[in-house]
Amino acid sequence: MTAVEEVPLSAAGNPIGFGNMKRVEDQRFVRGQGNYVDDVNLPGMLHSAILRSPYAHARIKSIDTTAAEALPGVVAVITGKTLEGIPRPSLLGDNFAWMPTLSYDTQAVLATDKVRFQGQEVAYVIATDRYIAKDAVELIEVDYEALDPVMDAKKAMDAGAPVIRDDKGQTDNSITDVHGNKTWESGNAIGTAEAIEKAKNDPNCVVVTQEILYPRVHPAPMETCGAVSYLDKVTGQLTMYTTSQAPHAHRTVYAMVAGLPEHKIRIISPDIGGGFGNKVGVYPGYVLSVIGTIVTGKPVKWMEDRGENLMSTSFARDYHMTGTIAATKDGKILAVDVDVLADHGAFNGVAQPTNYPAGFFNIFSGSYDYPDAHCKVTPVYTNKAPGGVAYACSFRITEAAYVIERLVDCLAAEIEMDAADLRLKNLLRPEQFPYTSPTGWEYDSGEYEKTMRVAMEIAGYDELRKEQAEKRARGEYMGIGISFFTEGVGAGPRKDMDILGLGMADGIELRVHPTGKAVIRLSVQSQGQGHETTYAQIVAHELGIPPEDVEVVHGDTDQTPFGLGTYGSRSTPVSGAAAAVVSRKVRDRAKIVAAAALECSPDDLEWELGRWFVKGDKERGKTIQEIALLSHSSLELPEGVEGHLDATAVYNPPNLTYPYGCYICVVDVDPLTGQVKVRRFIAVDDCGTRINPMIVEGQVHGGLADGIGMALMELIAFDEDGNNLGGSFMDYLLPTAVECPDWELGETVTPSPHHPIGAKGVGESATVGSPAAVVNAVIDAISPFGVRHADMPLTPANVWRAIQGNNVRTDMAVE
Amino acid sequence: MQVTMTINGESVTKECEPRTLLVHFIRDNVGLRGTHWGCDTSNCGTCVLWVDGEPVKSCTMFAAMADGREVTTVEGLEKNGQLDPIQQGFIECHGLQCGFCTPGMMMTGRWILDNNPHPSEEEIREGISGQLCRCTGYKNIVSAIQWAADHPAENEVKA
Repeated sequence: MTAVEEVPLSAAGNPIGFGNMKRVEDQRFVRGQGNYVDDVNLPGMLHSAILRSPYAHARIKSIDTTAAEALPGVVAVITGKTLEGIPRPSLLGDNFAWMPTLSYDTQAVLATDKVRFQGQEVAYVIATDRYIAKDAVELIEVDYEALDPVMDAKKAMDAGAPVIRDDKGQTDNSITDVHGNKTWESGNAIGTAEAIEKAKNDPNCVVVTQEILYPRVHPAPMETCGAVSYLDKVTGQLTMYTTSQAPHAHRTVYAMVAGLPEHKIRIISPDIGGGFGNKVGVYPGYVLSVIGTIVTGKPVKWMEDRGENLMSTSFARDYHMTGTIAATKDGKILAVDVDVLADHGAFNGVAQPTNYPAGFFNIFSGSYDYPDAHCKVTPVYTNKAPGGVAYACSFRITEAAYVIERLVDCLAAEIEMDAADLRLKNLLRPEQFPYTSPTGWEYDSGEYEKTMRVAMEIAGYDELRKEQAEKRARGEYMGIGISFFTEGVGAGPRKDMDILGLGMADGIELRVHPTGKAVIRLSVQSQGQGHETTYAQIVAHELGIPPEDVEVVHGDTDQTPFGLGTYGSRSTPVSGAAAAVVSRKVRDRAKIVAAAALECSPDDLEWELGRWFVKGDKERGKTIQEIALLSHSSLELPEGVEGHLDATAVYNPPNLTYPYGCYICVVDVDPLTGQVKVRRFIAVDDCGTRINPMIVEGQVHGGLADGIGMALMELIAFDEDGNNLGGSFMDYLLPTAVECPDWELGETVTPSPHHPIGAKGVGESATVGSPAAVVNAVIDAISPFGVRHADMPLTPANVWRAIQGNNVRTDMAVE
Repeated sequence: MQVTMTINGESVTKECEPRTLLVHFIRDNVGLRGTHWGCDTSNCGTCVLWVDGEPVKSCTMFAAMADGREVTTVEGLEKNGQLDPIQQGFIECHGLQCGFCTPGMMMTGRWILDNNPHPSEEEIREGISGQLCRCTGYKNIVSAIQWAADHPAENEVKA
């Protein structure tokens, strides 16, 4: 699609810079030699298991651990009462029974007074093997007094609703954030209301309102969460191998939670079997493994089983949205208002930047040019699992992209305008960038129409519409769905983005050894993103060192500088920028060394990939490798210039990066069964400069499968008694190779103007953008039945009900 | 109890409880950790290995059921320092990201090719549909298996 820059190849055949390069990490993975947390076995290690609540809401009257403790092989049984008895020398409370969440709320480590969701942690068993630990869990007797649960967020604030957080002295189920707010508003409330009111009274305008649910789903990485913790009582050193997307942030949290000195904590996040946000949070199981090693003096392993993963650690979405869009009848969007009821579960554990308690949901105004937008988000407690950052959501931009892209299609249906034409009419134009959105985001760059035209061309959009018309005439139901999304990723500028007070800047260190080989140490952590390859490519691009000569170190707090980790598509925008900046610092130092060696002024030197040379005399120069050795030699350097060739940097991004894309989905729906077949999926992403296009495309593929999953099958629903109906892979359905089509990708490249190499984040783009394309396609297919909207997941049953005019709540059990 | 099986060509005898799952036996008792565990319900397929040449979900078998039988795991794919074409295919086609489902996918992919050296895309998709991947959206896994089909090892019998 775009001109490929000539990139020289190394002796090993790798690009010395950007381009497709086989991944370094694959060598161990294809041999079965990855090192995941459950692969870690330390001498004398004990195993552990958690007893979880069968109730969504119940008072704990008593816990009898006698039989469990008597089981041979059981080393310790810990309850909330035990934890209340362990004094904690920290500022955040006086015992271990409760811990802080990432949103300044508290969460029970082990329940003491009540259980507040099904699957909540009640007791913890440490034993000599994992089977015995599970056996002992079965022997613990808990006497519960069942309480009425709050399972429907819409009823959480009803008068007389059971109060979930009585531990905090609450009298209702409202959530108050650290700023004292109970609702989160953004945009122009008055202007938006006036614009909508005016449109209602204007015969040339329409106003469309639609209730849209983004149901609760789960990231469900193939590797569940777990930890192996070991406190060496002699040295006081706590070493923790754990499934963490943010090892440094976790270390700080453990220092706060456990009251252990931070310099005595080492978090190692080895190979991680997928994250998708699931491994951002700090969960009771992690903390319990730390408590386990404190209590026993031995290393303690905790690994979730799949049911525990789906029922307790993290969830995503659960946004009940009511969107209103006002437009002229010829399709010019005027204003959008969105009212959200946000189900946060029993503890407010969302991991959002402090000033953005609804994440970046307020980017919902999307990719279109209109002046007025407003949203109000009201969070509530329910008797469901806490969490809420997860599932490749770019801090709730998934919900935002979904609501605006569904609203635009509802508008298109209302004014009987083609969904592509409506979008083309309203897309932001290139000359509007940098563009300040109605809710205050500054989009950095974009050529939206160009990207959309590429997608339409690959799809053969006009032909598809013709085919659809012919099929409709014969009673066949084919649908075409479009989604155009804009994300803001790469949190973020530290002036207003932090988590628990930790600014979202990332450190990095680069050292070139005397022989010209290099090591770069990252604060971010790969869960499959391929950092060991792409970061070497960034250094190669900046210094001209072959990428195979650059070792990438990550995932170990003892070996890497501080930073907030990998989630929200932030690695490339923040840490990738840091890698370029630190490489340029090294290049600048190399220039001074080269000048000293060439006996000239640094100003007389010019850079070409891999070497400094004297302007006008290309033969006279020094390669980076030669300079590396000179920098360690007896060469006399100018006063004030230290030897060696290394640098550190902390990158504080000036803005987010704004990747975007246009997705087109083609489905066939069987109206008799409600079965949806995704026939084609076209994805054109613009994420600026592509460091390794192969890896970018791979990430897009994965996100597209997520979109098919969420749109058609994934769901964590509950019945009225509080039972989780998505607690295993028998019930929580994920797409397989059979449900996924052969993805058709395209690209445009509009570099970020403020990122050192012009790159934008892309890891979550497809997850953010694709669900709306699938849902829009299905609704388009069944629109002849008068359907304008149906909520995800569009399972055969739900599609069939929609065709019958009988939409139901998809988030609650259906009789 | 004592269980004896041949694992990747070597006879192995270990003590284990009768209820020990094959996946735990291979990982914990034998120490081969390339075979993974990802669900409780035989859905995910990260634990796929071969018993007597047939792929099985090793979380769904007791170790005792494999007594006297021949087990092949991901560690048995590489021969004489030479990667199996299925392993090379996953590298060439970017058929993996986090790597967690990869051993199971490769074991199934190798078995598909052993039984059908030139499978169609549909046959490959059907063949791996008992296994889940959250990273790749499957496209490059399909390509990786196709690559291996197109690049058989020299000692493979050409079909």
